[in-house]
Amino acid sequence: MCVGVPMQVISIEGDQALTEVDGVKREASLMLLDQEVKVGDFVIIHAGFAISKLDEEDAKATLELMREVFEPELMG
Amino acid sequence: MNYQDSFRDKELVQGLARRIAELTRGRKKPLVFMEVCGTHTMAIYQYGLRSLLPPEVKLISGPGCPVCVTPNGYLDRAIALSRLPDLTITTFGDMLRVPGSSSSLMEERAKGADIRVVYSPLDAVRIAAANPAKRVVFLGVGFETTAPTVAGSILAAKAQGLSNYFVLASHKTMPQPMAILSADPDLSVDGYICPAHVSAIIGADAYRFLCAEYQVPCVVTGFEPTDVMQGVEMLARQALQGESRVEIQYSRVVRWEGNAKAQGLLAEVFTPFDAPWRGIGVLPGSGLRIADAYGEFDAELALPVQVEELKEHQGCLCGEILKGKVAPGDCPLFGGKCTPESPVGACMVSSEGTCAAAFKYGR
Ligand code: SF4
Ligand code: SF4
Repeated sequence: MCVGVPMQVISIEGDQALTEVDGVKREASLMLLDQEVKVGDFVIIHAGFAISKLDEEDAKATLELMREVFEPELMG
Repeated sequence: MNYQDSFRDKELVQGLARRIAELTRGRKKPLVFMEVCGTHTMAIYQYGLRSLLPPEVKLISGPGCPVCVTPNGYLDRAIALSRLPDLTITTFGDMLRVPGSSSSLMEERAKGADIRVVYSPLDAVRIAAANPAKRVVFLGVGFETTAPTVAGSILAAKAQGLSNYFVLASHKTMPQPMAILSADPDLSVDGYICPAHVSAIIGADAYRFLCAEYQVPCVVTGFEPTDVMQGVEMLARQALQGESRVEIQYSRVVRWEGNAKAQGLLAEVFTPFDAPWRGIGVLPGSGLRIADAYGEFDAELALPVQVEELKEHQGCLCGEILKGKVAPGDCPLFGGKCTPESPVGACMVSSEGTCAAAFKYGR
């Protein structure tokens, strides 16, 4: 039930944002967010509300770290 | 967003699996990790993650789906409300097929009740605003991820001066059942895969007391296959070193302190109560109902109805399933009398339910 989907903010008007992922557009309320969001940011949308910002840099860093540590040829 | 796909990278997942196997090789008693979130359960089945793990690591499912833990009594009240004149029930789709004592919302809809599925609680507020002659009730179930959205809908209705919007609220909060399970002598859990989006709201700090009181490692983990595998690896590492800390694997979304604004809304609109959990019973302080200051929006207070006498379903093992004590295949009704098409218990209803996931992706 609380599956949130990551979507990108394409416009903001007051407490409402228009967000998009894979060409699907959705309205989302920003009233629950305590972080600054701007156009271009990624947010997790759940039931019509943005509940958290998604840190893209952090995501990339996690992946890189995983790749480094789990390099398939190193796994033997 | 293409980097999202990278979190499904097969080689990465397999690399992580091998790493876990190396870590735990030769261990006699398997490490048992519990996921308490239905979306994790689904991911684990969908990507076949169990089959990638060594026999030294066992994953079990806990009470993680709000649909599964919603008791018959709640549905009976929703059904009774749906029979009132000029009343519209609005709900997330999952709730439609959950059996109550003798009916379900789906059956009531077939008989003519006005029951509408919405995507957001704000849609329910819009329906109320557009239909002033109707009373619109939203079924407020779900954990800390969903509860703030329902709180938001109540504030929106108040701001618009609506007097025909109501919520039948029985939200659940996550840390309490984890504490109860940790204290259960019949169950030995070596670590928790903590829910992703619940934690986005409550923050990873909320699990610290579990580590302190029950010495059980907790890792807040995302929903992608690499997230789950990395979460398991982090848990295994802690368990093998005899540590019990909270760690955040899902750092791209979850912070230690969580979402202060959403927490504030929860505290404003709701108040804790001793909530009944299907199959588990009443857990003190484990639920959220509407606070007195917002009583006019509380369907239970504002719209009194006669609710039928509670009947439990014979033979359903949902309670044991939700506590992680038995697997779906152990239930005599599984796949026979109880299927996603005609569920007997709630674990078979929601796509996030343990029985439904096991049925869909093979036991
Ligand atoms: S409601 Fe949230 S915590 Fe519960 S099962 Fe669904 S995703 Fe997991
Ligand atoms: S198979 Fe059906 S009856 Fe048995 S535990 Fe699962 S949901 Fe309940």
